[in-house]
Amino acid sequence: MSHISLYLLGGVALWVLGLHALMTQRNALRRIMAVNVMGSGTFMVMVALAARMTPIDPVLQALVVTGLVVAASATAFALRLATTESPVADVDRERE
Amino acid sequence: MNAELLFDAALILLLLALAAATLHTRKLYTAIVLFIVFGLMLALTWARLGAVDLALAEAAIGAGLIGVMLLAAFGRSGPEAATRAPPAVLAASVLLCSLLLVLFAQGVWPLANNSAPVPELVNSHLAASGVSHPVTAVLLNFRAWDTLLELVVLLLALLGVRQLHSPNMNLPAAWPLLQAWSRLLAPLSIVIGGYLLWRGSHAPGGAFQAGAVLAAGAIVLRLAGLLPPLRWNWWPMRACVLGGVALFMTIAAAGYWLGSGWLDYPPGLGKTLITLIEIAATVSIAVSLSLLVVGDTREITP
Repeated sequence: MSHISLYLLGGVALWVLGLHALMTQRNALRRIMAVNVMGSGTFMVMVALAARMTPIDPVLQALVVTGLVVAASATAFALRLATTESPVADVDRERE
Repeated sequence: MNAELLFDAALILLLLALAAATLHTRKLYTAIVLFIVFGLMLALTWARLGAVDLALAEAAIGAGLIGVMLLAAFGRSGPEAATRAPPAVLAASVLLCSLLLVLFAQGVWPLANNSAPVPELVNSHLAASGVSHPVTAVLLNFRAWDTLLELVVLLLALLGVRQLHSPNMNLPAAWPLLQAWSRLLAPLSIVIGGYLLWRGSHAPGGAFQAGAVLAAGAIVLRLAGLLPPLRWNWWPMRACVLGGVALFMTIAAAGYWLGSGWLDYPPGLGKTLITLIEIAATVSIAVSLSLLVVGDTREITP
């Protein structure tokens, strides 16, 4: 068992932890953090796969660098959506 | 069991514990602070796995900027309603997640030992790409489409955030320590950003890391009240945001009409074009990220 296998399993475990929180938490900010943890798990699997050979696979690493910026953009948009005072949110609150 | 494996196991257990604590702790504020710590530990993990580019990006973007955005969103949102998931949902989720865990663990286990032909291909064509660092060569030459579309995604996120004109951040008066520190940190962020950008062609570093560090410097200055509000309707701001995508598209289109194809740099000019794109992309990413975090939306309210 090498350290690569450990990180592969760690990435899978992180993804599953995030999915569990996504299904059980109700707060929007917590759900956004859960999606981010799932993304980190995916990145960990990809980076571990990139590190399994020498020389290190630059394509997978470059994909993760791209993915990180896309994840940050999506998070920024999601956070603004989650905290915007909109008519839709008001209707929801009245229904509750 | 040797010492390195012990370190790896400890790091992974720490990450899992931090993630679980982040997602299930009772107070939302604690959760956000733990999430920032989780991001920093993740950066350490990337460095351990030999992905230094990624460690730099994660420390700046993943831990820094997302942390600031989460805290700002926490300040905007109301008190959290204490609702717990019903036991049936909890049980179903635990069951599904344990099944998925077994499935994926079996799926990734054999992947640790096989190999792919791609790294050899990248290394054999590295000399033709114009830069000597393989990750930069992949980002800006072999897979330049990804980077171009990533800049477009960043632009789309910025436009989306601007459409939802939410109430402005009411910045409290900065305390003197923050002002003194930001005066010290901002010039450092410019020096480090420039260094990362210049280094990107032959060693870990590059446009994203440099852009994120510059954005961090601008955000610290803005939070300390030392910068005027960053406004979209000031035309140099818009020019900086659009400059990265515009220059990238121009070079790609020029290659298509005059050269051998879309995003195919002419031989010999690779290094110059990549450097130009990197500089424009750095400015564009820095301004876009700063606007995403501390942008002022006052001017578009009717």
